[in-house]
Amino acid sequence: MLSLLSIVLSLTFLSLIIMPCLFVSWRLRVPLSITNIRRFIRTAVSQCNDKEESGTIGEKEKGGRMPKHVAIILDGHRRWAEKRGLGPNQGQEAGARAVMENIKDYFSMGINTVSLFAFSTGNWGRPGDEVPYLMEMFERIAKSEMPNLRRYGVKVSVIGKRTNIPESLIDLIREAEEATKNNKEKHLIWALDYSGKFDILQACKSLAEKAKNGLINVEDIDENMMDKELMTSCSEFPNPDLLIRTSGEQRISNFYLWQSAYTELYFPSVLWPDFGGTEYLEALDWYQKRQRRFGRRV
Amino acid sequence: MADIIRQPLEQIHGFSRRCLFRVISMGSLPIHMAFIMDGNRRYAKKRGLEDGSGHKAGFSALMSMLQYCYELGIKYVTIYAFSIDNFRRKPEEVQSLMDLMLEKIKSLLDKESIVHGYGIRVYFIGNLALLSDQVRAAAEEVMEATAKNNRVVLLVCVAYNSTDEIVQAVKKSCVNKLVKHSEGRDRDIERIQLVDIEENMQMSVAPDPDILIRSSGETRLSNFLLWQTGNSQLFSPDALWPEIGRRHLVWAILNFQRSHSYLEKKKKQL
Repeated sequence: MLSLLSIVLSLTFLSLIIMPCLFVSWRLRVPLSITNIRRFIRTAVSQCNDKEESGTIGEKEKGGRMPKHVAIILDGHRRWAEKRGLGPNQGQEAGARAVMENIKDYFSMGINTVSLFAFSTGNWGRPGDEVPYLMEMFERIAKSEMPNLRRYGVKVSVIGKRTNIPESLIDLIREAEEATKNNKEKHLIWALDYSGKFDILQACKSLAEKAKNGLINVEDIDENMMDKELMTSCSEFPNPDLLIRTSGEQRISNFYLWQSAYTELYFPSVLWPDFGGTEYLEALDWYQKRQRRFGRRV
Repeated sequence: MADIIRQPLEQIHGFSRRCLFRVISMGSLPIHMAFIMDGNRRYAKKRGLEDGSGHKAGFSALMSMLQYCYELGIKYVTIYAFSIDNFRRKPEEVQSLMDLMLEKIKSLLDKESIVHGYGIRVYFIGNLALLSDQVRAAAEEVMEATAKNNRVVLLVCVAYNSTDEIVQAVKKSCVNKLVKHSEGRDRDIERIQLVDIEENMQMSVAPDPDILIRSSGETRLSNFLLWQTGNSQLFSPDALWPEIGRRHLVWAILNFQRSHSYLEKKKKQL
């Protein structure tokens, strides 16, 4: 009788531990391991402590918080393809698949905004048919992913120059932005033909225009005004807390320049098509260990 | 007795360093290196020293770095000495930093200082109006005294924030364009170009940095050279700034050479 009771109790106890672990592992699509379970617990706890808003330059933050805005530079497709003896276009496809499979999980820890650096102004010079293929691939993804994004309640914004992008893609973009503009909790910013310097330049032009029309004084131009004119002003949290660049290259390559003033920069060596749930969790774990001082003493 | 041993050891040390630098110089070298000198206070705490000594130790480390850069033939060196955000620290600390800065800036005017020995031209970059009159006057004196030097250029960012620099450049570009517009010389405000903003940046006296080194293992820019480091190699050794040495510099340059050759190859392909 006693042995039966003890067997039942121990089975119940084990299932109380194993089932949540299995759930976490399934939900985040990460391998079941003690490290991953600990990371998940840490991030979940910090989510509960998360009450204040962050995002403007110069505000104080406590350590152990989750980022509100994560920016990702998607790098490494071509090296990934070269390693496997494939063409660069297949690398791009693999990278796109990685985004589509993991997009829901990017928002899973209470992260509000995710920016993806898909195509830089510098990429127009790529050789061969890579650029037309990319544009066609973006159109395909926009069409296939829109229903999913609408279902998840994700607001979609596309930032960058639109002058060189094919008309058909621009129409899809407008449609997507219009259809999702009322979503609030999750915001996906897709940087297409974007460059940090261009962003600052267009903000400058806009301010100059306002000054010409007498709406503002040039003397009053300050950092807050610049923040409002930049393309990231479409977001509640325009400045990323964490910027991830895959493939081990340690540079920002003209992505968010102004916005990265106090951003924690994380450079994993994994190539983009291989960047999945585990790697994302590692990045968040790393972020939580940072001490953010914004120039003041800890 | 100790001297007899120390001098030849120093000579051997110097000789081995010059050999190492000569080997590295076989590959491409950066033209401009930038340093965020982080970790002075943590260093002082670690060693149980009083607060100000961390910054003094940091200054010696800076002099060593300058010497290495000079020996390697690196033409431009930028350092982040004091940020506008740092004014929000405790007043005593800010004051002691200002005093240290005044002392060190004045020492640059000495005939035997490193500045004249190595032919260094010094620029002070930042919102100098935020500094006290004494410090500002000393800085301006140094800039004038070293204006003719051209071997190495040292840019000291003090009372500096990159966002502040960009805002000042944007304001100047707007003012220039508005003046031209009102004089009828320029019809279109739309024609503000990147070069208009760039030429109004205080850092336009130097090319963009090739490598940015931030000591103490933190990987963020902290509002330093945001515009200029778009394509710079970022390097974050764990060593605190006073502990930074030759090996970190060499490692940064070797990494730069590795990715530099990859980038040059890609540029040629395009």
